[in-house]
Amino acid sequence: MQIIERSEIAPNVHSCKVKAPDIAAKARPGQFIIVIPDEFSERTPITISDWDVEEGSISFIFLDIGSSTNSLAQMKAGDEIYSLTGPLGQAFEIKKYGKVALVGGCYGIGGIYPAARALKENGNKVVCYSEARSSFLLYWNEKLEAASDEVRYATTDGSMGFKGHAHDELEKDLKDGTGYDLVLAVGCTFMMYRISQVTRPYGVKTIVSMNPIMIDGTGMCGACRIEVGGSTKFACVDGPHFDGHEVDWDVILSRRKAYLEEEIISGERHDHGKS
Amino acid sequence: MAKVSPTKTPMREQPAKERVRNYDEVPFGYSPDEAMLEASRCLMCKKPKCVEGCPVEIDIPGFIHGIAQENFREGVNRLKEKNILPAICGRVCPQEEQCEKKCILGVKNEPVAIGRLERFLADWEAQQGEPELPAKPKSTGKKIVVVGAGPAGITAAADLVRLGHQVDMFEALHEPGGVLVYGIPEFRLPKAIVFREIGFLEKLGVKVYTDHVIGMIRSIDELLDEYDAVFLGTGAGLPWFLNVPGENLNGVYSANEYLTRANLMKAYLFPKYKTPIVKGRCVATVGGGNVAMDCARTALRLGAEKSIIIYRRSKEEMPARNEEIHHAEEEGVIFQLLSNPAAFHGNSQGWLKEVECIQMELGEPDDSGRRRPVPIPDANYRVAIDVAVIAIGNSPNPLIPNTTPDIETGRWGNIVTDPETGKTSKPGVFAGGDVATGAATVILAMGAGKIAARGIHDYVMNHT
Repeated sequence: MQIIERSEIAPNVHSCKVKAPDIAAKARPGQFIIVIPDEFSERTPITISDWDVEEGSISFIFLDIGSSTNSLAQMKAGDEIYSLTGPLGQAFEIKKYGKVALVGGCYGIGGIYPAARALKENGNKVVCYSEARSSFLLYWNEKLEAASDEVRYATTDGSMGFKGHAHDELEKDLKDGTGYDLVLAVGCTFMMYRISQVTRPYGVKTIVSMNPIMIDGTGMCGACRIEVGGSTKFACVDGPHFDGHEVDWDVILSRRKAYLEEEIISGERHDHGKS
Repeated sequence: MAKVSPTKTPMREQPAKERVRNYDEVPFGYSPDEAMLEASRCLMCKKPKCVEGCPVEIDIPGFIHGIAQENFREGVNRLKEKNILPAICGRVCPQEEQCEKKCILGVKNEPVAIGRLERFLADWEAQQGEPELPAKPKSTGKKIVVVGAGPAGITAAADLVRLGHQVDMFEALHEPGGVLVYGIPEFRLPKAIVFREIGFLEKLGVKVYTDHVIGMIRSIDELLDEYDAVFLGTGAGLPWFLNVPGENLNGVYSANEYLTRANLMKAYLFPKYKTPIVKGRCVATVGGGNVAMDCARTALRLGAEKSIIIYRRSKEEMPARNEEIHHAEEEGVIFQLLSNPAAFHGNSQGWLKEVECIQMELGEPDDSGRRRPVPIPDANYRVAIDVAVIAIGNSPNPLIPNTTPDIETGRWGNIVTDPETGKTSKPGVFAGGDVATGAATVILAMGAGKIAARGIHDYVMNHT
């Protein structure tokens, strides 16, 4: 699969557009791909952030956080990705909900974009919450603004929009009487956990896009199992979208940390992908 | 005539102490002399029983005759008439349950080592350089798509392309081979052999597309618009777990995940290959089949000090091949029989620390005819472990049934097929292998691929 465009759109946040006409024709909001940048890398699940059927391309956002994503971050337009499979997972259901809050952080700012666009087209009132530590880490602001009714920014240093986290801002809005019919959160696990916590007392249905460690992505290996409502689910085929109020967050937070030591070993060996 | 040896000609192998420290293949295979000696044991029966025992109906006396006459090329040709993957089958088929079980010699003595001879011919051919391609068949103008590049799909594709059909094969993973690549370890089936056999298929004209998850990127109906028939060989799907407390702790793997990390993703070469695996000092594998033996032996090669098999019945009931059990024992795998996990216990960081087992005793036979394990009350015990691998089976892959509502499925989510033709309830769609039967063996999947190829040929020539 050939890379058409590659850029670092914010420090450590990378976007990648690849030629993948078959995937572009099938992709729906909330689905993901599995990428292996080079022969030695891991199978890495990444949320699809945009696609263009006419151009035959898909785009995705990723953070340079491990040895394999680091290899991907070294790649340029014109390079061939070793393996790219998708679309995978069940799409986020697009229908008329009413007023919807979409919360994105890290890669999830790009991750909520397809849902924003589709929900708006289906007559929903769409409010996006885009969060980062500082304003220079936010991206796709214009794109999100064009696809939704309102974008509310949250930065922990207060350099743009609300000072604090998106969950603080959402909680304040809920407290102030803003009603939502649905919340969708896409981003780091801890953010999705906090969003689920703040919406629970208000009884707002909250969908989270789970991002456990995966291998095949087709239901074969069970690496991505999480606990939802007391039973074990496979995020790749049963998800990735689950009710945030039903997810056992301790299990997912612990399982995501399974290979921290190995990440360090791999990172040292590959010297940031230059070997 | 010289007296026939009562026992099989032994096959040399790596000593257990050496091989647990490497990933190289365990047995070395026969030399030409050893193969000819073994071939001379065959009685060349007029009505060979062994062929009846072979799911793909190989002319067994025919290929053995070739070896006995030192005409290995002739032997290879006979073998490949029916079996496109002899190097694989010679290594992983349960011959003792099939061809060798029926061998007349086996009544009083050991049967002919048919599997070892099959392997010999396949390896001999590989050493001769490029394999001979059969004459190109006349094109039928029909297009057939095979979904899943595992044993069932490869066999169906090989038979169909040799009948003159155009065959495209889609594989979900980034390498073709299915369980032969992600599941069976390198030390039992070197991947170079699998790729060589698939390369042969491509030379016959089959186009292989990896990274294509059918059901997601294309539906079965979309495939039917483009192709005259579809074969589904999508294999085993969701791994079964025990459903006991603590199974989602870090350090608990399904066999599929453990083996996929180690084999397909080459975690045994970490950190050169970046996919990690928890190596563990004490690894417990739960289950008694071939997959469980593969996991327990992989654990040793990854550096475990102790590798335990936990199995709820006794050794007699173990479904694994004797050869696999024997190899595991030689390598130091500990068999903790009549035991079943009741729970996994972890530390405060969510890491596995102990398995708690129920002690069992054997009661009356159950539906399978095997004596049912019955728990002994108040006899639970704990073992300190840091990795557990659950190897108790899989249900068929759910992706196609989930995305193809008009295909009939059975109780276990398997696709229902006519055993004579491989036909499913959906016109033009055929299936075989684990997706139809539930988890079984490589050779049974290949047999199903063969049956379906015949069914598909009949269908496309008469109905499309």
